[in-house]
Amino acid sequence: MVRSPATKDDAHALFHSLRSAYSATPTNLKIIDLYVVFAVFTALIQVVYLAVVGSFPFNSFLSGVLSCVGTAVLAVCLRIQVNKENKEFKDLPPERAFADFVLCNLVLHLVIMNFLG
Amino acid sequence: MTRSVGIIVVLLAVASIYEAVALFHPISESHRSAALELFSAVDGSFSSLEEAYEALRTFEVLGIEQKPDIKDHTCNSVVDTLSSKSSNSRDLYHALRVNGLLKCKTSKEALTGITSRLKDAVKAATSLLDYYHSIGGLLLIKDQSSEVDVLLENADGILRSIKALGQSDGRWRYSSNNPESSTYAAGLAFETISGVISLAASAIDENLIGTLKKDIAKLFDSIEKYDDGSYYFDDKHIDASGHQGLLSATAAVVRGLTTFASTTDGLNIPEDKILGVARFFLGIGVPGNSKDLYYQIDSLSHLENNRVSVPLILSLPATVLSLTSKDVLKVKVNTVLGSVAPPLSVKLMQVFSSGSKDASVLKQELHFDPKEAIHTLNDLPEGVDIGEYVFAFEIVLSDPEHKRKFATGGRIKVPVHVTGVVKVDDAKVAVLEGDIVESEKKLDLPRKTDLALSANHLQKLHLSFLLTTPFGKPFKPHQVFHQLLDCLDFISLYVCLTYLSSVYLQALLKLRHESGVEHIFVVENSGRHFEITLDFLGLVEKFYYLSGQYDIELTVGDAVMENSFLQPLGSIDLDLPKAPEKTAQPPPQAVNPYLRYGPKAEIAHIFRVPEKRPPQEVSFAFLGLVLVPFLAFLVGLLRLGVNFKNFPTSAIPATFAILFHGGIAAVLVLYALFWLKLDLFTTLKSLGIIGIFLMFVGHRTLSHLASTSAKLKSA
Repeated sequence: MVRSPATKDDAHALFHSLRSAYSATPTNLKIIDLYVVFAVFTALIQVVYLAVVGSFPFNSFLSGVLSCVGTAVLAVCLRIQVNKENKEFKDLPPERAFADFVLCNLVLHLVIMNFLG
Repeated sequence: MTRSVGIIVVLLAVASIYEAVALFHPISESHRSAALELFSAVDGSFSSLEEAYEALRTFEVLGIEQKPDIKDHTCNSVVDTLSSKSSNSRDLYHALRVNGLLKCKTSKEALTGITSRLKDAVKAATSLLDYYHSIGGLLLIKDQSSEVDVLLENADGILRSIKALGQSDGRWRYSSNNPESSTYAAGLAFETISGVISLAASAIDENLIGTLKKDIAKLFDSIEKYDDGSYYFDDKHIDASGHQGLLSATAAVVRGLTTFASTTDGLNIPEDKILGVARFFLGIGVPGNSKDLYYQIDSLSHLENNRVSVPLILSLPATVLSLTSKDVLKVKVNTVLGSVAPPLSVKLMQVFSSGSKDASVLKQELHFDPKEAIHTLNDLPEGVDIGEYVFAFEIVLSDPEHKRKFATGGRIKVPVHVTGVVKVDDAKVAVLEGDIVESEKKLDLPRKTDLALSANHLQKLHLSFLLTTPFGKPFKPHQVFHQLLDCLDFISLYVCLTYLSSVYLQALLKLRHESGVEHIFVVENSGRHFEITLDFLGLVEKFYYLSGQYDIELTVGDAVMENSFLQPLGSIDLDLPKAPEKTAQPPPQAVNPYLRYGPKAEIAHIFRVPEKRPPQEVSFAFLGLVLVPFLAFLVGLLRLGVNFKNFPTSAIPATFAILFHGGIAAVLVLYALFWLKLDLFTTLKSLGIIGIFLMFVGHRTLSHLASTSAKLKSA
């Protein structure tokens, strides 16, 4: 199927509008997004390593991947809570959310370090 | 079971033939070394004066010198006891006994003081032991010091009160309250009585002494006897010192008798009983504990020169004579302690060969060598070939006056073994078919032979030989019992041979199959002719139908045969018919014990194959790759324009902020340490501490930030 130049233009237009919309987001949310991307990339590299050398020792792999995934999940939760446009968490001060984020990360990493072996 | 009972009956029958046949040896060097070993003083002194006396007396009799430091220690203890006011008559008695041997320095005043105390004790005595200790003490003082007056005034009265404790059967009671009597007490009583007689100030009533003599004769009526001619006294009751038994009772009676005989004349005790008591003490050999050794040595020294009759002991240094080395029979006659006997001659009266009760009377005198004090019989009597004999001797004293003084023991029977080389003649092995000889071979026993025979189950194997003694007579073995034929399974044969091989001639033929199964047959004999015929037809079942090569061994042996042999003769190839169904299986052969406990096969352990690890370069490469997103994150942060504008500037909030970040950093460091070397518990403890700190600090920082942004919003 041959793509029509209209579709191609539409895709470009969509991409540009997304980019401009995204640049409107506040900086602190962009920091959190960047952190999530960083965590996910680290997890991916670990999976590639597993594919290359094999699954021994498996507990270390799980620990590493779950650390990345866990911290990404917590960062996403933080983003939800800090986002001013989110009406649900209007009354929650962002500092409180950040404190929760730090605490949960510390607990997660304690477990991760134990499982790392 | 019935087999072993039968064998025991045989043994008893054999033993009864040797009634009153035994060998006694006088005291020798082994007693001296035993005394040195048993009476070792701990820390240079003995545990009590009683033990000290026992040790010192034994050493004195055996002629062993005592070490001077032990003498000093014991003397100190003696002097302490003698001078102490609290010693009772028992302690004084033991101390005075030791003093008599060691001759410690005691003052006349001390002895006088003790004498008066002992005399009071005699007057106040009620029990036998009170009398024994006090009278004994006074007697010892009399021997140790001639200046002190120890004589007793009321000797008759004392004797009567001691005699009152005696019983009609010759035994004595310890006190009038206690009805128990013992022979040991009787021995003590007579010792005390003889002490009273020696200490009497005035003459004693003769009738009283006469009744006492009758009492001791009655005591000797209760003497018991062993089969080998030894006499002893038995005490069923335990005496005052807790030492029970034959030895103490007999020793006490011997002491009592010999001391009583030394103070009075005309004691009539049969000399065979005195000799029997001496034999009893010598028959113990060397005792294993110090008390028994003391009793033995002390009693024998009393018997050595007593006034009733001195026992003389006839002993043989060697009871096995070899005809091959032309041994001569040697006989020694000594007193019980091994001293020289008075002039006498020894006559060989009779020679009994084993099993027979009669023998001709010989009256052959033995030649006496005065230098070595040995009587020798240069030539054995006629007809003494190899075998077991009982030689009967008699001792004849040269001086007729000595006949009353010494106890010789009449006819003394001694077992003697005469050994020699037995010649094996005319030995031949033959395989017979019916009655016709198939193959025959002559053997030169006991030299090596190597036969190679073969036979089938229809044939017979015949072995015969002659045994002759050194004198050319037929070697008449003891009767071979047919029970031996039953002793053919391994264990009971061992029992049979162990008990009977020392007495009976054994001529056995053993066939051993290549698989290890053995069969043993007894070679029957008539006179000197030995032969055995193995009829294989009848033995097929016994051999478990095993065909093949059997090794043949012949054993001929006896206690008096110097050249007993166990000779392998060679082998025979037996052809037996095949085993029908349901035959007995041959017994399983014993496992060689060395194999069972030898080294086992080596075990190769299979270990888990270790996992394959990637090469280190790959791992390091990926380590670098993992850090790349982190760097990209930092770069992205910079591109976003991250700044520290919101960081509090005033002092207190600034410190809290710094502490907050420091706390988080500390937790991360703690996690790193946890991964590297800490364990979970220490980590949790530290984490708890840092966590509380962090909470506090974080709360302060974040609330400060929140209030700042709220102020900004409202403004």
